[in-house]
Amino acid sequence: MGYSTVVEDNIDVLVVGAGLGGTGAAFEARYWGKDKKIVIAEKANIDRSGAVAQGLYAINCYMGTRFGENNPEDHVRYARMDLMGMVREDLLFDMARHVDSAVHQFEEWGLPIMWDDKKETYQREGRWQIMIHGESYKPIVAEAAKKSADKVFNRICVTHLLMDDSTANRVAGAVGFNVRTGNYHVFKSKTVIVGAGGASNIYKPRSVGEGAGRVWYAPWSSGSAYGLMIEAGAKMTQMENKIVLARFKDGYGPVGAYFLHLKTYTQNGAGEEYESKWFPALSKMVGKEYLDTEGQHLSHKPIPTCLRNHAFINEVNAGRGPIYMVTKEAFQDPHLEEIGWHNFLGMTVGQAVLWASTDVDPKYENPELTTSEPYVMGSHATGCGAWCSGPEDVSPDEYFWGYNRMTTVQGLFGAGDAVGGTPHAFSSGSFTEGRLAAKAAIQYINDGKADGIVVGDAQIEKRREQIYRPMETYTVNRNHITRGSVNPFYINPRQGLDRLQKMMDEYCGGVTVSYMTNANLLNIGLKKLGLLAEDWETGIAAENIHELLRAWELKHRILTSEAVMQHTLFREETRWPGYYYRGDHMKLDDKNWHVLTVSHRDPETGEYTMEKAPLYHIIDDEKPAKKPAKKKAAAKK
Amino acid sequence: MPTFVQMTRCDGCGQCVDICPSDIMHIDDTLRRAYNIEPDMCWECYSCVKACPHNAIDVRGYADFTPLGGSVRVRRDEEKGVIAWRIIFRNGKKDWDLLAPITTKPWGTGIPDLKTASAPSDEMKNSQLLYNEPKYIRLDDGGLHTLESNGLSMKEGVYY
Repeated sequence: MGYSTVVEDNIDVLVVGAGLGGTGAAFEARYWGKDKKIVIAEKANIDRSGAVAQGLYAINCYMGTRFGENNPEDHVRYARMDLMGMVREDLLFDMARHVDSAVHQFEEWGLPIMWDDKKETYQREGRWQIMIHGESYKPIVAEAAKKSADKVFNRICVTHLLMDDSTANRVAGAVGFNVRTGNYHVFKSKTVIVGAGGASNIYKPRSVGEGAGRVWYAPWSSGSAYGLMIEAGAKMTQMENKIVLARFKDGYGPVGAYFLHLKTYTQNGAGEEYESKWFPALSKMVGKEYLDTEGQHLSHKPIPTCLRNHAFINEVNAGRGPIYMVTKEAFQDPHLEEIGWHNFLGMTVGQAVLWASTDVDPKYENPELTTSEPYVMGSHATGCGAWCSGPEDVSPDEYFWGYNRMTTVQGLFGAGDAVGGTPHAFSSGSFTEGRLAAKAAIQYINDGKADGIVVGDAQIEKRREQIYRPMETYTVNRNHITRGSVNPFYINPRQGLDRLQKMMDEYCGGVTVSYMTNANLLNIGLKKLGLLAEDWETGIAAENIHELLRAWELKHRILTSEAVMQHTLFREETRWPGYYYRGDHMKLDDKNWHVLTVSHRDPETGEYTMEKAPLYHIIDDEKPAKKPAKKKAAAKK
Repeated sequence: MPTFVQMTRCDGCGQCVDICPSDIMHIDDTLRRAYNIEPDMCWECYSCVKACPHNAIDVRGYADFTPLGGSVRVRRDEEKGVIAWRIIFRNGKKDWDLLAPITTKPWGTGIPDLKTASAPSDEMKNSQLLYNEPKYIRLDDGGLHTLESNGLSMKEGVYY
């Protein structure tokens, strides 16, 4: 094929994916590495890419340290509670102690943050959320990243990471292709910070046609954060921790501002409060420590998101749907009514379109809610992602191997969805993680850890051949048939995605089975997924460069899905009822599973190995403060 | 949403193609005008609608759950720093203009150039601090929070 090879050499920091994590990395890298070469490779256009492309109406992670509102450990305890204990508290503490400085910079850059005159703090939506006029959140943050970077390559679909041919398990850059020109791009770099996205669209959506685009997480979030790192052999954690969202029906408009700021609440079809009646049985499933039936519902202690989902799902399955959001009271206040609509226009315009087209005025009619299909990501209320080192002054030995946010592959760092065990980072926390990864990456280079990297031509040629194979498959087999999409030798990326979504749904706890799975189902699912992966290698066809993009997005989604199935099979308990259920282990089991799950996929054989990693919690010191012990520089496994 | 492009307004300039995060706004070879090639991968993010210099792009709600007739239109003005929305209900009972700021500063002026910012000291390099910290975190003279400063430790086991 007549595509050129474009080589960008001598890069120090390559940022793959410039959403909030990647822009944070590129911005900060310049401060610590004035003379370093910083390059961004972005699949779309950095001005409107990633999950914040559309805008946001709130920043969901802000401590308010300067106003004396919260300390980092408060946020850690909140996230721990919400995720039923399963978080990397070193990473979370680290993110939380830095996140405010990111937010204050956003304000200085021009992001309009609402102010509360009475409290003399930013306008709070909830304890952790502040309200913004964030339509241009992404373009503003992109300006900062562009100013720091030497070069920004837009429209590059990164397909693989490059590995050092001289030292095993060390990263050496990345390769991909230009979605416009089709050219092959090679980025040789001393370090790589993966800021790519989590995975939407790996589960069959509730919608059946065009509406499949109205996924909760952006449709361009193709699991590339995981696909790239898994294939490079990086260890992953908590990939079973998929998330299901309770949202406004069909449009998936956000509910956070409605619950927290507008003080709307839910009811079943008969107009009754329904949550609390499910809690006694649920408390038996998960234990009183996670849900205290007597006290919790009436207290201000937040109920874990998954458990509220559980009540929702069960109420609907018991025949008492739909679940309504009671808006009629709040919307009588014209100010709150305006906020209710602005909230959608700022981040989910589609919900406003749907209500306008169905004449739903929440002032006179309570809108319906639904629970979404599952998503796999690591920055919202869930923590899928790579197993990364934490900071030296916080992390215990098992969580520390030299450089903050570095994966188990040398020189490969993560930010945002890419980092596992760090839920509730959201936009500001992802940006902060990028900053932390960038500082560590520069240190890694200055310590000489990236010296002597060799990338042979054979590796570059092999990847080139792989990248264009779907187009080759199309060209070779196209003329076996007259026309149309039915060909015995190949399937197109859409057909492959349909198959993936169906098997994830039916075997790994999707929406049509009420989020239920078990070991038998998962083993069948893994077998079918293996066949899809084989079909992808030899029988995925791309008619043009756009379809080639979709083919590689599918590849990353398949790699992500395999990790999700392996992790779901490994954890023999139901840790998050309402996110998914292991029907063969319906109870939460702290005796055996109060641990983080860690997987490794052998890059040569594709074989998975699973292990349990210890779970450390932040607790109040009983003894007087002492100096933290010096950490060993090597990973202890 | 999918988005659609009005024949008489589009001149094929390609601004929408350039900005679309999903790579689904393409130029039709014959008409030399833009169109949405893959509506079921459209997030209705309105990036193309906002970017179109001719207001040629609009949205018709997803066919599988949205009746015809409602409308949400937008104009985004970087110079004025505002975005203007208009929501019209299918039954015409609601026709609403909503305005919001998109920035508090002339575009791009508030962002520092870290190439020329003073270089970090070795002490800062060896600390846990990031650019502009700790002063951008807190207003007092305090430093970055640590486990030690906050009287905390990390312990393995089951704690709630």
